[in-house]
Amino acid sequence: MASKEKPKLAVWKFASCDGCQLSLLDCEDELLSVAGAIEIANFPEASRAVVKGPYDISLVEGSITTPHDAERIHKIRRQSKFLITIGACATAGGIQALKNFKDVKEFIRLVYANPSYIETLNTSTPISNHIHVDYELHGCPVNKYQLIEIINAFLNNRKPNIAPHSVCIDCKLKGNVCITVAHGTACLGPVTHTGCNALCPSYNRGCFGCYGPKETPNTGSLADWMSKHGFREEEIVRSFRGFNAFAEAFRKESESHEK
Amino acid sequence: MKILIRSNFDLLLEALRKNNYKTIGPTVRDGAIVYDEINSTSDLPIGWTDKQDAGNYRLEKRNDDALFGYVVGPQSWKKFLNPPVYKLWQADKRGHNFEIIPEKIEETKYAFIGVRPCELNAIFIQDKVFTSGEYVNKNYKLRRDNAFIVAVNCVESGGTCFCVSMNTGPKAEKGFDISLTEIVKDGHHNFLIETGSEKGEKILSEIPHRTAVQNEIDSGNELINNAAATMGRVLDTSNIKNLLLNNLDHPQWDKVAERCLSCANCTMVCPTCFCTTIEDTTDLTGEHAERWQKWDSCFTIDFSYIHGGSIRNSVKSRYRQWMTHKLATWHDQFGSSGCVGCGRCITWCPVGIDITEEVRAIKESSK
Ligand code: SF4
Ligand code: SF4
Ligand code: SF4
Ligand code: SF4
Repeated sequence: MASKEKPKLAVWKFASCDGCQLSLLDCEDELLSVAGAIEIANFPEASRAVVKGPYDISLVEGSITTPHDAERIHKIRRQSKFLITIGACATAGGIQALKNFKDVKEFIRLVYANPSYIETLNTSTPISNHIHVDYELHGCPVNKYQLIEIINAFLNNRKPNIAPHSVCIDCKLKGNVCITVAHGTACLGPVTHTGCNALCPSYNRGCFGCYGPKETPNTGSLADWMSKHGFREEEIVRSFRGFNAFAEAFRKESESHEK
Repeated sequence: MKILIRSNFDLLLEALRKNNYKTIGPTVRDGAIVYDEINSTSDLPIGWTDKQDAGNYRLEKRNDDALFGYVVGPQSWKKFLNPPVYKLWQADKRGHNFEIIPEKIEETKYAFIGVRPCELNAIFIQDKVFTSGEYVNKNYKLRRDNAFIVAVNCVESGGTCFCVSMNTGPKAEKGFDISLTEIVKDGHHNFLIETGSEKGEKILSEIPHRTAVQNEIDSGNELINNAAATMGRVLDTSNIKNLLLNNLDHPQWDKVAERCLSCANCTMVCPTCFCTTIEDTTDLTGEHAERWQKWDSCFTIDFSYIHGGSIRNSVKSRYRQWMTHKLATWHDQFGSSGCVGCGRCITWCPVGIDITEEVRAIKESSK
């Protein structure tokens, strides 16, 4: 690696809370090795020094909610060899995608004294709705070890060890007692993409679905479980309408329980 | 047959520990009975029982102080014999080459306390998978050879048990070092003891015990017979291999796929499921690499991934693969059924899919 030029990394922000970028900053120990292996060329959250593109890896956080951002993302794509979206906002539209289910003009009128200054799209959409994305890293926020893992995999020219299966598998590998079966607690683990190492079930809380739908999610069967266990339709809608509300499987399930 | 009285039960655990065994057994955690290290009888689920049904498990208090008054929980002994995640080896880069550094095999001697007859049979099945033939899993073999097994015969059956159908219980016939039948009756609390090996006899010789009288032996048999007569589930295994393999296009597979979450819980809890995957990791510099082994499941899409895509894309094909492997093709591969009737996959399936019901549905409609 030493003889070659270091690959250049850029981090970009769209509509988001910054939590995913903070995950990268939170990698204190690992960040030193990352900085040794790649050149952090554009990461305003960490440093004001900006190196011009093109970039070998772009990490994109946030969703598209304004006409300006819908243009800007194309410029970023053109400057990036490998573009990875990080977090629920960038991969599914985020919590702000709740507006996709409602009348946005109505919100604006209610919230802002001067609605004419507000320039926003009617929807919050994932980056992949606008450009080609090379890899999507899920989570709200992303898991910092997975973030390092994709950079690591990129540097070493291998496939990242990031599984698309259920949270349940990791829950069982940890030796947890299933709270759905043993306590009757609703848990989105069976339809949710793993990544958090079954954090909530490990503390006897049902999974909220931070990592979005897993591969082949059977949300309908899980919703049936909820109905049978006394959940009302609006509660089922709310269960699927979190940070990944606009991810297709969750969106369809919540919509099918509306009205 | 011998008798160990309840008040001397701790001496059994002590004798095992004196012989350098790590004593592992059932204990209550988070509303279920799991397997973990136990240091004294008080760590056992004294006076607890489990109520089990499809997708449902609850602990309840018994009206006696039985030490083993429940059946199997979400975990099985494979957690110790073939751990869920472990490092196989690591390697360091040396110029244009690399050096493999083998992992030291852990020499732990486990004593498993409270192995149920179905579980013992599941261990025999995994023995065949891991230690017969050309490629022997050395880690498994070492742990297995070192293990001491205290089997416990079932005197009550659980709501999802069907060992009688699978011919694996409720009494342990062989393969244990010591077997126990717990009798709580008429103000007495004793264990009928049988030894099955020299190791077992040695341990028994180190603890106080006496010869059993006939009516104690009769009580034990009566209890075991009662467990056999009250199985929670039944599976008709006659001609089952042909039944399943002749019905690969049966509409029941579509029906079960509507409910199946492909969450893989059934395979994680099954004591005979043995599939693992390999994960290769590097450090950022690429100078150091590690190979890890992890439990895997035929319910994931990556499981059947080959160049170009996954073979089992639909949940239907994954459920069918799992069930036909357990009950049909396992016979060709390993000469026995892959199911011991422990009922875990029924209880721990979040949506309560029941392997015995699925077989019944296919059987009844193809008469
Ligand atoms: S607690 Fe949730 S994540 Fe864990 S096994 Fe049960 S359903 Fe799956
Ligand atoms: S809600 Fe689910 S995905 Fe989010 S941290 Fe908890 S277990 Fe993980
Ligand atoms: S298939 Fe189900 S009942 Fe049979 S051994 Fe596995 S977990 Fe137990
Ligand atoms: S049968 Fe049940 S436990 Fe097994 S994958 Fe399907 S839903 Fe999960």
